[in-house]
Amino acid sequence: MSVLPSSVVASLDDILLRHRHQATELLQILIQAQQIEGWLPAATLTHIAAALGLPRARVEGVAGFYSFLYTQPVGRYRVLFSDNITDRMLGNAELLDALCRKLWIEPGHLSEDGLVSVTTTSCTGLCDQGPAMLVNGRAIGQLSHRRINEIAELIRQQRPLELWPAEYFQIDDNIRRRDALLGLDMPPGAALQAAVARGRDGWLAEMQASNLRGRGGAGFATAVKWASAKNAPGAPKVIVCNADEGEPGTFKDRVLLNSFADLVFEGMSLAAWAVGASQGFLYLRGEYRYLLPQLEAVLARRRAAGLLGTGILGQAGFDFDIAIHLGAGAYVCGEESALIESLEGKRGTPRIRPPFPVTKGYLGRPTVVNNVETLAKTCLIALGGGEAFAATGTAQSAGTKLLSISGDCAMPGIYEYPFGVPISRVLEDCGASDTQAVQVGGASGICLAGYEFHRRIAYEDVPTAGAFMIFDGTRDLFDVARAFVHFFAHESCGFCTPCRVGTSLLKGFMDKLADGHGAQADLADIDWLDRLLKNASHCGLGSAAPNPVIDTLQKFRPAYERRLVSLDFEPAFDLDAALAEARQLTGRDDSGAHLKTHEEDEK
Amino acid sequence: MTKQFLLDGQPVPFDDGQTILEAARKAGHYIPSLCWHKDFPPHGSCKLCVVKAAGRHVSACATPAKEGWEVESNTPEINGERRGLLQMLFVEGNHFCPSCEKSGNCELQALAYEYEVLTPRFRHFFPDRPVDASHPDVLLDFNRCIFCELCVRASREIDGKSVFALTGRGIGKHLVVNAESGQLGDTDFSATDAAAHICPVGVILPKGTGFAVPIGERSFDVATIRSKTLKESS
Repeated sequence: MSVLPSSVVASLDDILLRHRHQATELLQILIQAQQIEGWLPAATLTHIAAALGLPRARVEGVAGFYSFLYTQPVGRYRVLFSDNITDRMLGNAELLDALCRKLWIEPGHLSEDGLVSVTTTSCTGLCDQGPAMLVNGRAIGQLSHRRINEIAELIRQQRPLELWPAEYFQIDDNIRRRDALLGLDMPPGAALQAAVARGRDGWLAEMQASNLRGRGGAGFATAVKWASAKNAPGAPKVIVCNADEGEPGTFKDRVLLNSFADLVFEGMSLAAWAVGASQGFLYLRGEYRYLLPQLEAVLARRRAAGLLGTGILGQAGFDFDIAIHLGAGAYVCGEESALIESLEGKRGTPRIRPPFPVTKGYLGRPTVVNNVETLAKTCLIALGGGEAFAATGTAQSAGTKLLSISGDCAMPGIYEYPFGVPISRVLEDCGASDTQAVQVGGASGICLAGYEFHRRIAYEDVPTAGAFMIFDGTRDLFDVARAFVHFFAHESCGFCTPCRVGTSLLKGFMDKLADGHGAQADLADIDWLDRLLKNASHCGLGSAAPNPVIDTLQKFRPAYERRLVSLDFEPAFDLDAALAEARQLTGRDDSGAHLKTHEEDEK
Repeated sequence: MTKQFLLDGQPVPFDDGQTILEAARKAGHYIPSLCWHKDFPPHGSCKLCVVKAAGRHVSACATPAKEGWEVESNTPEINGERRGLLQMLFVEGNHFCPSCEKSGNCELQALAYEYEVLTPRFRHFFPDRPVDASHPDVLLDFNRCIFCELCVRASREIDGKSVFALTGRGIGKHLVVNAESGQLGDTDFSATDAAAHICPVGVILPKGTGFAVPIGERSFDVATIRSKTLKESS
């Protein structure tokens, strides 16, 4: 066993103490321990395992699961280029190459002096201001060649990140259209006061009347979820806000957390009031770590105002507080049972369901997992009542929806619309022209072609978690699908056979076509893999992974076929036979009147 | 009256809480599996037990049977999916049956015969997975790992040792042992552990003995995995 320097041991023990040596805090401990040396040496894992009384192999298992935890040395400057399709369309590959050339390094390899490593990462949620990157976890948007030159120089000079120009780290909200939620100006506590005045049951009844459905994409009725958790045996009950916004092309939660955090936390308290929960977690994706200090400040302010803690708003027994847990680069943790595993300090592997989290969630207790936007929306219901909320939107989709708009349009950003808005209206509003396709709902969503732009954003037509990526006539939809296939292969947790192997096989087929070695048989295999992934996968990640391919193969098939070396296509239609009638009419039957012999004569 | 569901048209009785897989096997109907084991709760990772229940694909090992359900299992569609899953497991690792000590006792190989896997179908991944011969009594050949986690579970729950765990993610997921050196010889693993005898493929092998039973006379040489499993389940 290697020995750790005493200063490192002291820092580790300090971290472990702050987390009360709780095994459920393992992921949080690893994230903080990594700050000491920039990565997690083997001896560090051994020390943490011993201190927590966990098998070392389990700690290694967790450390190896998350993309932002490193068990091999990485650069003191860790540069990760966001690699969503929208970043690619804005030229991120060229910028990555330029940075690597200037720093004399290869992508994905640590520089020999240990100074810097440059590689890619999944969508960082900055599609409205890409191309984007993370440097040691700090987000930088609007990358240009000029900015890349400056960054290369700053890294060469080993300038600490705190001394980099502040405008690099400026993240804009880009709110372009406000409706009920984004137009709300609510003093903290107002919604909670209204709900408390109605009593727990009265408040839940308002929620039932509102017909609010989950904004994470699945559209499950929020009040049903809350009621199930309320009625489930076991305590203390738990409210989790799912801020693991990993779906490529989605960034609405980033904006809500940045500028509307009070609404989100108030929504969690509203859920706690209805359910009778006492413990709350905000699961914040690692990519949004830069929001952590300001979110902690909001929580502190709410505690001081008596909106969190014991006896909230003077109600005996209304005890609720919120802790923020960080993710570390794992899209699959957006799946609620994987998220709960991660909250418990484990690998983010989705559980077998049932039992569902509402009955057996965090540490086996009844747990409500709601999307950021869903929780924020409950404030509107508390203030205006359930019926008023239900009256907006469409029959099956009450209220408004935040759309994260990016790609080929003049004004990317956040747009809030009542449900039922047609795709064409959205395209018009954001200044999109010559639109070939729109990917709604992110990589796992649906790809809409021009003839479908009359369709509407609503659970009963085009459901979405909010991503809305626009591709104009210059884009190749095969490239789009291939980027998403790469994403799913990278993000598969590897638990079940079809997703672990299937996503990698699918990636292999798409790369084969991209390299110009495709054949008709490959399309048949792709088709077969699509179906197996859909049918046999353990969770939604695997069953959604083939969606981009299924849609584009159906709607943009030529994008695939022009990449095939061999089409192996023999039409059933016989053109020469179809000319028989003409031959009869003209009384000709010489060789020149037959297609085959005519063509041969031409040669 | 006992409850029952229909499996490929045949009535199968079940008790409340019993899974489709358990009830089917008890009634003499074979549903294949690799990661399922009677001593542990269902794992649901290999997906070989996939069936169609009331029109939806589910894992038979993890799905409690329901009165009146129509379940499809032994159909061309489902068996085709199982064959595909087996092919995936073969191309993902490095499986060279003719030189493997487990040949004839290997469940993956036996299932490949059962489901007529005649070609690998997909390109091989050829992963680089060095063997671990550090332990005096046991050899680990990671090339054959199918991630069923039976050794992980047996070591943790029966042996109380947690010698094994999985790390990495996606196609990079791999088995590790409970030692900073990464060597089995530095763990408290013993050849008498339950985990030493639970691997359905040829990852965990005893040293000092080899081909004690000649090929041709091994478990699946004399009986198919179907008949062997049903005999054990009855």
